[in-house]
Amino acid sequence: MTHPFRDVAVVGAFNTPQARRLPGHDSASIALEAALGALADAGIDAGDVDGVVGQAAAEAVLELGLGPCVRRPSGLGIPSIVDAATLITTGQCRVVLVLAGGAGLRSHGSAAPWTTPPNELVAGFGLFTAAEFALMARRHMVTYGTTESQLATAAAVIRTNGHHNPDAVYHGRGPFGPEDILASPMVAEPFHLLDCATVSEGGCAIVLARADIAARDPRAVWIVGCGSDSYGPAYTVAPVWDFTPRPGVRPAGWVGAGAAQASFTMAGLGPADVDVAEFYDPFSFEIIRQLEAYGFCELGQGGPMVESGAIGPGGSLPVTTDGGTMSYSHPGIAAQQFQRVTRGVQQLRGECPSMQVERAEVALCSNGGSGALFTDVLLLGKGRP
Amino acid sequence: MSSDHAALLAPPPPGFPMPRPSERSEPFWSGAREGRLVLPFCSSCRARALRAFAVCPQCTATALAWEQSAGRGTLYSWTVVWRPPHPGFVVPYAPAVVGLDEGWWFLSAIVGCAPDALREGLALQVEFHPASDDLALPYFRPVA
Repeated sequence: MTHPFRDVAVVGAFNTPQARRLPGHDSASIALEAALGALADAGIDAGDVDGVVGQAAAEAVLELGLGPCVRRPSGLGIPSIVDAATLITTGQCRVVLVLAGGAGLRSHGSAAPWTTPPNELVAGFGLFTAAEFALMARRHMVTYGTTESQLATAAAVIRTNGHHNPDAVYHGRGPFGPEDILASPMVAEPFHLLDCATVSEGGCAIVLARADIAARDPRAVWIVGCGSDSYGPAYTVAPVWDFTPRPGVRPAGWVGAGAAQASFTMAGLGPADVDVAEFYDPFSFEIIRQLEAYGFCELGQGGPMVESGAIGPGGSLPVTTDGGTMSYSHPGIAAQQFQRVTRGVQQLRGECPSMQVERAEVALCSNGGSGALFTDVLLLGKGRP
Repeated sequence: MSSDHAALLAPPPPGFPMPRPSERSEPFWSGAREGRLVLPFCSSCRARALRAFAVCPQCTATALAWEQSAGRGTLYSWTVVWRPPHPGFVVPYAPAVVGLDEGWWFLSAIVGCAPDALREGLALQVEFHPASDDLALPYFRPVA
């Protein structure tokens, strides 16, 4: 059977400069800057774009003079990329621009403002993202003996990746060891400050093109697998690891297991084929959880796998090589989700400014996490499926 | 910090961000005002729900009903917060998921013990504290 995305190539991927603040920018303007960068990266004229996907899609259509064309005002990450690919496979578009940006949104307090829940069942108890994810992490620690030190080791690896990345907001702040993470102030046990994502500003854009347009692009990267798991809206009900919506389904703590399985099935690949894992890293524990949920180790073995050095440079599965949302950037609703994919593309092209994985041919990119009750997975390949 | 770890967890004084009760959850809120833990379940399949539903996630019946819980359970998971999202939440405080004896999972916060005393399986009992003139919230205290 022909692969569903055989005729879709990723031809452009671009991040704007990222910073704690980008004076003079708003979310739309930094997304547009990213769009221009991604089109230049792809070597495609804006006039050839006939579809735009992302929060700022309509803005981009107007400002880039693309109308009339398809627009999808989606604020999601990986699902937006899959939607963009589907616009091509269904013949609606030839070249689709996916864009996102976050700037000028916030007061730069300690928590990202879009993650403090207003829901009646959680608001009164002081819940916020770190606490929601901590409730999942604690249950894993109780069940499997996962330790704060293992969490800190995952954070240290990712923050050290960011330390080495010249484009990271927190470039040059390390290197970090687990002891540095554990010495940082406690936010919501078991998470110390350095176990948590940062807050910053920046833009990101990706360009997909029909295969015949991408035919002569030696840097083209391909979507070889995708999948999504959701257990419901984020931050409105108790985050319960063992919650099962119906009898016979995986518990919510495993969110993403189905997404990974679907991705591997579509690709005809397995976890052992993945060369680099650009995991979404809202909190250190989510690295351990994803290793288990995606089948890189047995359930409960994510902590020991992290301690073995497997996720660091030269390990069997380097993880979040740009420094992720902890150190590279965390600009808002969608941009940091797309940035996992941007980094995956850079890895397969061999264009990373730091932490390049040699001869990487398959990259797994992810979004979401257990505390938010959703996980999306995208598998990228160097070879056309 | 060690003295904070030994301090007893307590509900925050009024002034923290208030929940906005929905019409659908009215039995929960009116129960709380009377010091009763009234929770949603499905009158068709008896499933204990995470929240008030329009359609039962287990059996798809449109059969939302309410029932008073005895308010006893055990500590399933918890966190101790030291950097609050709003200054009205006095640290440390301990949001927690309680596994109620009747089968509900319930999100609350623990009071009446030190953060260091929190353990999986800790036996708990509900108690209510006013959050404002109109609202009371259920908290859980270790059973002596």
